[in-house]
Amino acid sequence: MPASKIAVRGVRKAFASATGVLPVIDGVGLDVADGEFVAIVGPSGCGKSTLLNIVAGFETPDAGTVTVDGAPQRGPGPKGIVISQHGSVFPWLTVQQNLMFGLAGEHRRENAALADHYAALVGLKGFEASYPRELSGGMLKRVELARALVVKPEILYMDEPFSALDALMNLRMRNELLRILDEERHTVLLITHDVEEAVYMADRVLVLSPRPTTIQASFAVDLPRPRRLSSPECQALREAVLKELGV
Amino acid sequence: MTPRRLARIASPVAVIALVVALWWLVVVRTESAIFPTPWQVVAGAWQLAVDGTLWEHIGASLLRVGTGFGLAAAVAIPLGLWMGWVGGAYRTLNPIFQMLRPISPIAWIPIAILWFGVGDVSPIFLIFISSVFPMVVQTTSGVHAIERRYLRAAANFGVSRAVLFRRVVVPAVLPEIVVGMRIGIGVAWLVVVAAEMIALRSGLGYLIMDSRNAGNRYDLVIASMIIIGLIGLCLDGATRLLERLPTVRWRYAR
Repeated sequence: MPASKIAVRGVRKAFASATGVLPVIDGVGLDVADGEFVAIVGPSGCGKSTLLNIVAGFETPDAGTVTVDGAPQRGPGPKGIVISQHGSVFPWLTVQQNLMFGLAGEHRRENAALADHYAALVGLKGFEASYPRELSGGMLKRVELARALVVKPEILYMDEPFSALDALMNLRMRNELLRILDEERHTVLLITHDVEEAVYMADRVLVLSPRPTTIQASFAVDLPRPRRLSSPECQALREAVLKELGV
Repeated sequence: MTPRRLARIASPVAVIALVVALWWLVVVRTESAIFPTPWQVVAGAWQLAVDGTLWEHIGASLLRVGTGFGLAAAVAIPLGLWMGWVGGAYRTLNPIFQMLRPISPIAWIPIAILWFGVGDVSPIFLIFISSVFPMVVQTTSGVHAIERRYLRAAANFGVSRAVLFRRVVVPAVLPEIVVGMRIGIGVAWLVVVAAEMIALRSGLGYLIMDSRNAGNRYDLVIASMIIIGLIGLCLDGATRLLERLPTVRWRYAR
């Protein structure tokens, strides 16, 4: 078996609260293979985001280890880009300037060409000079995705990336993401509370327990893409995941 | 001009016309020997404009405000950014700024005279003192208000501190800096008139005192007051133009 891209071992995390110490993560271990798409679902408030922040290097665990490519996670970096629910497209920069943000400064012309390539890839052609306030929520998400892809990250950490979008745009962005992942193979760790989203996109679905959270179940999704959510296999899997979540 | 815009300016113009009419009526009915009619004010202002002294006074006031405010901005913006970014600097300097800020600039007049004598430096110092504190406070709170998601994104892309500062921190704070500048220039213009009342030979504040002392020329006193108001309005409008810059306007969108 090849070494994991991401290996999480015995991670624990607690926060200080008004009533004392609040344990949030209670010993989580997981592996993500290179190029694998893993979705983590769990009840709201179970510590999903905290777990992602730890894996991405924004927070340190109280106990346990996170290694990426065999090296301990020492902090956030362009190797793994986080795309979150609220978005972080800089409103004071144009689309093109946003896309060029993570690129080193000396090759302006090449960087602009690269930025325009990814703008076209996510369907933002013609909007390079627009400011974020002129774009819709779905287009902002595309900017965020393109800005991440430009720096050629090996890992995409997605924290409920499409949950702030309307239902139709949510479905559309899932397909966009799968199309892009077809062209550029990234390792993806997706946090979501949407079981259908997880079943539709991921290679593997992990179910977290309520807080303090542990990994409660794991489902391999051995279905070819494009998947149909109405297919009996998808429906059976969805039922199984929901049952784990006690719904 | 569209009827809609015409309707919008009609009511404020009507209020101004009403005030002028009332003023005129009261002066005529009371047969005041000192208080001028609106027409006497216009005539007095016209006389000063023609012989050129009005422009000299306006120029002198604007130069003092420009110098004092410019120096204050040059000090306050870097200082505010530093205090906002470095926690230790904030904890060390914020209390003294908070204590100095509520002191009226007028209270500094005796000290200004003691240190700088009677000349151009005293009013410039007073303007500096009056506008530096609001700009420092506004810039600092602007840095504190930067949303964490933007700083996290910058950290995620692993950019250098220089890029972080130039492309994230400064543009994120720029709208607050512009607000600080608007407050600063407003206070500076208030203070220059008071500062010029301490025995200088030029400026709109001097013009007011001199007109009164040189034979109760209240027409010129009121003319100066109106001109001060109009110039203040223009200064505020000029700083408001900054809010239209694309790098500032994002803050006011939606």
